Parts: sequence; structure tokens; C-alpha cells
Amino acid sequence: MNKIWIIIKREYLTRVRKKSFIIVTLLLPVLFVAMFLIPIFVMQAGDDEKVAVVDESKIFEGKLADDGGVHYKFIDARIDTLKNNYQRLGYTGVLHIPAMDVNRPPSVIYYSKGQMNVMLKSNMERRLENVLEDKRMELAGIDKAKLEGIRADVDIVNLAGKEEKKGSAGLAYAIGYGAAFLVYIILLVFGTTVMRGVMEEKMNRVAEVMVSTVKPFQLMMGKIVGIAGVGLTQFLIWLVLIIGLYTLMGLFLSPETMNAAANNGMAGGQNEAAIKAMQQISFVVESANWPLIIACFIFYFLGGYLFYAALFAAVGSLVNEDPNEAQSLTFPITLPVIISIFIMFAAVRNPNGQLAVWGSIIPFSSPVVMMARIPYGVPGTVPYWQLALSVICLIAGFIGTTWMAAKIYRTGILLYGKKVTLKEAVKWLGRKN
Amino acid sequence: MNVLELQHLKKHYATHKAVDDISFSIPKGSIFGLLGPNGAGKTTLLRMITGIFYPDAGNIIFDGRRFDPQNDVQHIGYMPEERGLYKKMKVGEQALYLAQLKGLSRKDAQEKIDYWFNRLGIASWVNKKVEELSKGMQQKVQFISTVMHHPKLLILDEPFSGLDPINSQLIQNEIFDMARNGTTIIFSTHRMEQVEEICDHIVLVNKGRKVLDGPVKQIKQDFKQHLFYISLEQQPNPAQMATHHFTIIQQHDKAYTLKLNEYSQTNDILRHFIHHNIQVNVFREILPTINEVFITQVAQAAQAAV
Repeated sequence: MNKIWIIIKREYLTRVRKKSFIIVTLLLPVLFVAMFLIPIFVMQAGDDEKVAVVDESKIFEGKLADDGGVHYKFIDARIDTLKNNYQRLGYTGVLHIPAMDVNRPPSVIYYSKGQMNVMLKSNMERRLENVLEDKRMELAGIDKAKLEGIRADVDIVNLAGKEEKKGSAGLAYAIGYGAAFLVYIILLVFGTTVMRGVMEEKMNRVAEVMVSTVKPFQLMMGKIVGIAGVGLTQFLIWLVLIIGLYTLMGLFLSPETMNAAANNGMAGGQNEAAIKAMQQISFVVESANWPLIIACFIFYFLGGYLFYAALFAAVGSLVNEDPNEAQSLTFPITLPVIISIFIMFAAVRNPNGQLAVWGSIIPFSSPVVMMARIPYGVPGTVPYWQLALSVICLIAGFIGTTWMAAKIYRTGILLYGKKVTLKEAVKWLGRKN
Repeated sequence: MNVLELQHLKKHYATHKAVDDISFSIPKGSIFGLLGPNGAGKTTLLRMITGIFYPDAGNIIFDGRRFDPQNDVQHIGYMPEERGLYKKMKVGEQALYLAQLKGLSRKDAQEKIDYWFNRLGIASWVNKKVEELSKGMQQKVQFISTVMHHPKLLILDEPFSGLDPINSQLIQNEIFDMARNGTTIIFSTHRMEQVEEICDHIVLVNKGRKVLDGPVKQIKQDFKQHLFYISLEQQPNPAQMATHHFTIIQQHDKAYTLKLNEYSQTNDILRHFIHHNIQVNVFREILPTINEVFITQVAQAAQAAV
């Protein structure tokens, strides 16, 4: 037991102290947050617009409010002269609204130095339209308040499960998809890491020194557990960093900008609808059973990892000098992982389909497929018996693969210069020692 | 007392018998040579002694008790022929890691590392990565990590390959030193001159079977061809060389290689020359080298197989 602990420590520490690990671990959340931040900064920079408005019909005067860094200034000047010297006067552009018949508005012209940005264009159009609509209503004798009262707004609220929790199919889809994909990536990335570790030991001939001191099983498990620790550490750091950076970002950016960013991100214009949608999302996000989802994620991530890592270790022990060999030997292992991602695509759309149910129980695909189903609700979509069966199958599965892998590993790791086929390796399973 | 006793060990692979009924025992504190041509089963034998493989049949008695790989490997140091160190790891950390796996506490291991690295003159290498070291340096590190936990049984497979003469001598002295202090050493090699220089006992295996077993001196006696080298002061005439005591195998000027005939004694040769009043300057027995014994034995086995 003590020895396996020493091995775990080495496998863990040597990887965690690598420069590449530190860089990837620290850089990824920064990139992630940057992806969110850059559009906001770009928008902020572009928002600094001072628009001179020449309104010949006087319909709009005083009705264009400043918003999100766009300042409107009504100027009583001739457009011919203004369009030539607006820059000198400190404006970024001139909006020329010619005299008009309210019912047949002419084109409005915007003079600017460079191309007008899309956001500003849609923003201005929206505002002008609103003013024009109000004006038309006024002319037609329609009371605006009454009209608002007449507008119908139907919203389907889905009450799912016995407890009639509010659920959202869209959100479950997103969480399921994301979580399942994450498990898929973890299986492949860390599985391959285990395989490379085993190959390194075999090729450096450390394996023989090691197995004269520890049991091959201890060496293999030490590596598998150590690398699992690396994976967990990385995710923990990512989680903390992303939450931390997000909070920090909130401190530095004014709430207005954040709102503007959020609003602009929504389909422009329908502010109320957007806010409502936002509220709904945050409501649903809160309504999702996060503790269960996170617990299941950790279980399926670890269970799936253990299931496949052992197989990857076995394959690593079979490889000789030739890396191409590794590729052909890993194919039988990566195939079920890839198949499970296809089952997941189906499962996330139809979580109660036959394929989804069985895919989430069979341990070859359950880590990926079950994570796609769980956000839809337990026990609503995934009955307890299915979850229990899936968990038991996965535990039995990784005990099984570890046992098998250990047998192949202990023979393979000391076998040099001989090309081993999987068929031969499977025969080793029958050996006593 | 024997540190290690092998009793009728067998290990079969799917296609051949790697070790086929081998028995021998190794006295405490001896330096024991395990010899054999390539593919003779040496590595398999060593892997069984180090607990990597389980024998199909037979017993291993270690230190008076049945070999228990789980616990007894703590008392064994094994340096395989193919050296293995983690390339990206620092030398000191690597040694510490291997020592801890052998059951040393962190503190003890650190002390041993300081002691051995200083002793072999590589203390300044502690923080270098293994991949930055020359082959000979790696060899020294490997040696240290094999002996650090003060094993009762030390198994060295070709310990001098890749070492220059100076470092070879250094390691050889360490081996003698440890043997004097009670460590038993199994020494596996193809280099026969080293066997004669270092080993007390040898076992010769070929095709999975034991061919020879015994003290080096004894084996040389057993395989001697009754050859003698004699160097004379003056050239004898042919008549003076005619006798029923010996036949001339080789002549080189005034020096001869003689073969003692059956029923004659060594002193008969001397008496013969004294009788003829020819002065003998050098007279010594020619014993076979282990190399010669090895070659004849392996060749015989090959012939027998044909």
C-alpha cells in the first residue's frame, strides 16, 4: 500500500510540475474568459460615438436618448456644411434625417469617416423606428398604453417530474451536451497520457527495475491513480480560476457595460423580452439539480477514466519501439469511445430512446451517454433503477478491465523486440500468474 | 550458510523451456558468476530470483526461508542488463524514489544518497536530469540506486558495460567491498576475464539447463588438460626430449608446452630435465581459462544436440 502511494506521488508530481501542465492549466481559463471579454472591450471601444443629428422634420428632436456610449446632439445647421466639418467639431458622424412625410419616410443618411459598425446601425435604426411608430400611432389616434395591454405573450412553462420542478429542455440539452463532451475528452486525453507513460517506462527499460521492486499491478495502478489526480487537479484549478476571473471581471467592468454586453448579445431591440429570457435562464440554471449533476459528473469521469485507462495501460505495455504500432493497437479502445459520442448525440436529443437508455447502462459508453441524460432530470428522465444499474455496471466494468489489463500489462511490459497482436495478448488472460 | 537456494526451478514459455530444472545454491558473502550464452535462460532465472516471474515448478529458498517476493525484494538489489531510469527526472529525485520503494524512509534515503554520490564522485550531478548524463554516468547512478538499500543479495547483470576502465575499477572495488561486508553478489556476464577476476563460484547454464557449478578454482582443476609450460636455459637436442612422461604440444624457441602423459607425475617432468642437466628457468601448470571451459562446454552441448 505504501509503495503504491509512493508511485502515485511520483506520477502526480512529475506531471504537475511540468511547464506544459502549468501553462495549459493557467492559460486555458484566461483564454476562456478572454473569449467572453474581448467582444465587450471591442464594443466599449466602438461605443464612444458622438453623433451630430440634423433633423429637418423636427420629429425626432429630444426623442433620441443617449445610450451605451452613443451620444446624440441635435444641431440646427445645414447638412452641406456640417458633413464637411463635423470632425473638426468633435463628432464621429452626422445623421441626416431629411424632411419627411411620416407615412413615407425617406432614406436616412449617416456620414462617417469609416464604415459604420453593425451594432451602431441596428441601434440607430431601432431608435428611429420606435420614434416613427410612436408618431404614427399618435397620428392614427391609437393609445400606446392600450396597445401594450392588448399584446399577447404566451410562455410555456414545463413542469417536469413528480415534484413539478420547472425544467428547461434547452438548458438540459446544453448541460448534457457539454458534460458528455467533457467526459469524452477526458477519457481520450488522460487515457492516452496513461498509455504514453507506460510506453515510456517500457522503452526506457525502467519497467524491469521497477517490477523487481513493486508488483506490476502496483506500478500500473499507481500510474493510473496518479494521472487521475492530475486530471482532477487541473479541473479544480480551472473551476476556481474561471469563477475567480469572472468575479474579478465583474468588479472591473461597470454593471452597465455588462448589461449592455448582455443586451447587445441578445437579439437586438426587444429589451424586455431579452431581460425576461435572461431571468428565465438564471431561474432554470438555479432550478437544475447541480449537486446531483456534479456528483454524477465526478463519478462518471472517474469511473469512465478508470475503465479506459486500464485498457490504455495494457495497450501501452504491448507497444515496442514503433509508435505506429500504438495507433493500430489503440484503435479497438478508441472505437467504443467514439461510438459513445455518436450515441450521445442521439441521447441528448431523445434522452428516453432505446439507444440512449442502453448506451447509458453499458459501461463502454455509459460515462459519456449517461452524462447527456442526467441533466434532463433524475428520476424524471433517468429512473433510479437505470442510474443504479449504470453505476454498478461501470464499477464492475472498471474492476474487470483493470483485472484484464493487469494480466496483459505484466507480461507485455517485459517483452521486448517482439510484435504482439491483440489476439496473442488476449491469450495471456488465461495465464495463472 | 546459503543466502539463496534454487531447487529444481522450471519456467516454460509457450514455445520453449526457458529454465528446465535448475538447482544451485549460493553461499553468503560470495561473488557468484552466472554464465551462459545468449538465450540460455539467465534473464528468466534472474527474473524468478527477483520475484518478477513465478517459477512453474521448484522452490526458491531465500535466507533460509521460502522466498516471499512481497517482502524479500526489499533485501534484493537488481541491476538489469538493460538500464532503466526516468529520463526527465532529476538524478537525486530518482534515487530517492527508488530507495523509498525499497522501504527506506525519506531521511535514510537522503543520507544514503549523499554518501554514495560523494563516494562515487558524482555529488555535483544530483540536480541534473538523467537525459543530460553520459552513459557511464547513468550507469553509476543505476548502480547507486541498486545498492542504496544495502541489499543482502545483489544481482548485477553486465555491470561494467559502458564504463571506462577507471570507473570499471571503481565499481569493481565497491563490489569487493560489499562482498567483504557480507553482501552476496550474483554477477551475470559474458566477459570471462572478469569472471576469473571477480567470482568465487560460477554456474554455467545453457539452453535452460545447468551445465557446470562450482568454485572457480575447482572448475579450472576439473577441466585442466595437464598442460605445462617450461622454459629452458639451453636448447636441448631432440634425443633429450624423448620420454614417456610427456609429449610436446608446442615449441617456441627454448620454451615448450608439454602435456603430461597418463600415469606420470608433475615432478617426473622436472626430474627428466634435471637428469639431463638442462637448467629449468620457468615451470608452471597451464590451467584452462573460464573462457575455454565455457566454449568447450557450450560447443559440446551444441554438438550433442546435432
